[in-house]
Amino acid sequence: MKVLIPVKRVLDYNVKARVKADQSGVDLANVKMSMNPFDEISVEQAVRLQEAGTATETIVVSIGPAKAQETIRTALAMGMDRGIHVQTDDDLEPLAVAKILKALVESEAIDLVIAGKQAIDGDNGATGSMLAAMLGWPQGTFANSMEFGGDSLTVKREVDGGLQTVKLSLPAVVTTDLRLNEPRYASLPNIMKAKKKPIDAKTPADFGVDTAPRITTVKVTEPEARSAGVKVEDVPALVAALKTEGVI
Amino acid sequence: MAILVVAEHDNETLKDATHKTVTAAAAMGGDIDILVAGKGVKDVMAQAAKIAGVRHVLAVDHESLRRQLAESMQEVIVPLMSEYDAVLAPDTTTHKNYMPRVAAMLDVMQISSITGVVDAKTFVRPIYAGNAMATVKSGDAKQVVTVRTTAFDAAGETGSADAKTLADPSGPFKSEYVGEELSESDRPELTAAKIVVSGGRGVGSAENFAIIEKLADKLGAAVGASRAAVDAGYVPNDYQVGQTGKAVAPELYMAIGISGAIQHLAGMKDSKVIVAINKDEEAPIFQVADYGLVADLFKAVPELEAAL
Ligand SMILES: Cc1cc2nc3c(=O)[nH]c(=O)nc-3n(C[C@H](O)[C@H](O)[C@H](O)COP(=O)(O)OP(=O)(O)OC[C@H]3O[C@@H](n4cnc5c(N)ncnc54)[C@H](O)[C@@H]3O)c2cc1C
Repeated sequence: MKVLIPVKRVLDYNVKARVKADQSGVDLANVKMSMNPFDEISVEQAVRLQEAGTATETIVVSIGPAKAQETIRTALAMGMDRGIHVQTDDDLEPLAVAKILKALVESEAIDLVIAGKQAIDGDNGATGSMLAAMLGWPQGTFANSMEFGGDSLTVKREVDGGLQTVKLSLPAVVTTDLRLNEPRYASLPNIMKAKKKPIDAKTPADFGVDTAPRITTVKVTEPEARSAGVKVEDVPALVAALKTEGVI
Repeated sequence: MAILVVAEHDNETLKDATHKTVTAAAAMGGDIDILVAGKGVKDVMAQAAKIAGVRHVLAVDHESLRRQLAESMQEVIVPLMSEYDAVLAPDTTTHKNYMPRVAAMLDVMQISSITGVVDAKTFVRPIYAGNAMATVKSGDAKQVVTVRTTAFDAAGETGSADAKTLADPSGPFKSEYVGEELSESDRPELTAAKIVVSGGRGVGSAENFAIIEKLADKLGAAVGASRAAVDAGYVPNDYQVGQTGKAVAPELYMAIGISGAIQHLAGMKDSKVIVAINKDEEAPIFQVADYGLVADLFKAVPELEAAL
């Protein structure tokens, strides 16, 4: 089974996003960037499938600026086989990303795509399901566990009421949730090895995909600030305060 | 302009998230129809017909829609969209699952988890875990939008729309429902509760979580948790509040043994009154709490419960 993992380079999850003064977006100059945490979970899952003999080849793709190569290297250091870098300085929308991925799935004859359920920058949560629809494939979103059986895949999903299990015929798209696995750290020898793994260089034009944005950002502003309140001395003081607020 | 709102329901009861989504649709302007897709949804149709401002209720009643799985929902909604300019659904996991499929098939970019409507094509939505609010304008011919329901009031129930049942989806589908493990609880639903009591890693174990639950029950509250508490197995995944869990905005939110990471704040900072109980006076949660109590939760929480 050939597995494709899309990864995105995003503002590190530990860094608080700062809105630019001109309201044009979030300031990404000189801040720490990392692989989207959900994508790390996808990469980990692919490597485990490879180790279990379920995956025959694992390919990581990132669509983004030159620096996205570092993110690809991270995935290769975690154990994936080879990379594809689709270089663009535009922050493509999920719709365009899904179209490029569709073209890749077809040209690489992919059987399984594992994508993060959302990227923690745009918080759209759209790419994986869009790709599944474009391919006419079934999907198992918000995956908590995956189990293969013959030509099917059973996915336990994290849903609002608890867990739901669905069975998908392959090929399929899975999107990862937080509890699917705990991503490994790349070891130093594997980081060295990853430097020699191949990364194919492409551009969106190679796939004939129109990446023009459908959405324009009118402005990006700070959220309404919440100011720190007061510290109460003890439990009775807390109870009194909540009674005054009228919330208990 | 015509807008389709997809109902949130469990085949028996229509959920409040639907009423809130109708409010978002009303702010866009235009005729609003509600789609009830499920199995055995007669009662849900009747409830939907009462929502103020709704023109028609459309229902698709078929076994393949009992769980509203992605492929069947896509097959129902995509052809309907020839009659509509926009489709809106609550941003619960049911709708987050298939809405991007609908958007892809219509070749439009989805606008996710809106918290505000500026006009029929312009919306406000949180990005970067709610540390920035983006006002975005869609250039697409049709809009596919999911709605952060905590940001909208529920539409009233003074309406009397007509209702009709549409043709069944034909399938076949490449995915099937196998089973579910739902958290059974008599407590209010997390995203709709007036009071939410959440516990974090500081609670220490699944057994200890009982003190959080006891306090919640005294207050008639829902129980929430941080990711750390879910990851550690103290509580099920559906308790998670935050950027990548549920967004809540109750009258009162109590964060107990929760440090206040960006990702957690994203899901609760729109609550009216926030209380934090934490033994670390430097914990970031105190920066957003209206009332902070620096204390050992194992002492403070039982004491609080007893004082109510
Ligand atoms: C991709 C991604 C998505 C995420 N999504 C979410 C999300 O949706 N929701 C979420 O919550 N997190 C999320 N997180 C995790 C988040 O970054 C934090 O790790 C998490 O919120 C921490 O949980 P916590 O506050 O319970 O634990 P900790 O940060 O460990 O805090 C525990 C707190 O308990 C206090 N404490 C300990 N013992 C006691 C005691 N006896 N009495 C009183 N206080 C005590 C400590 O002082 C401390 O402040 C996400 C992270 C990533 C990378």
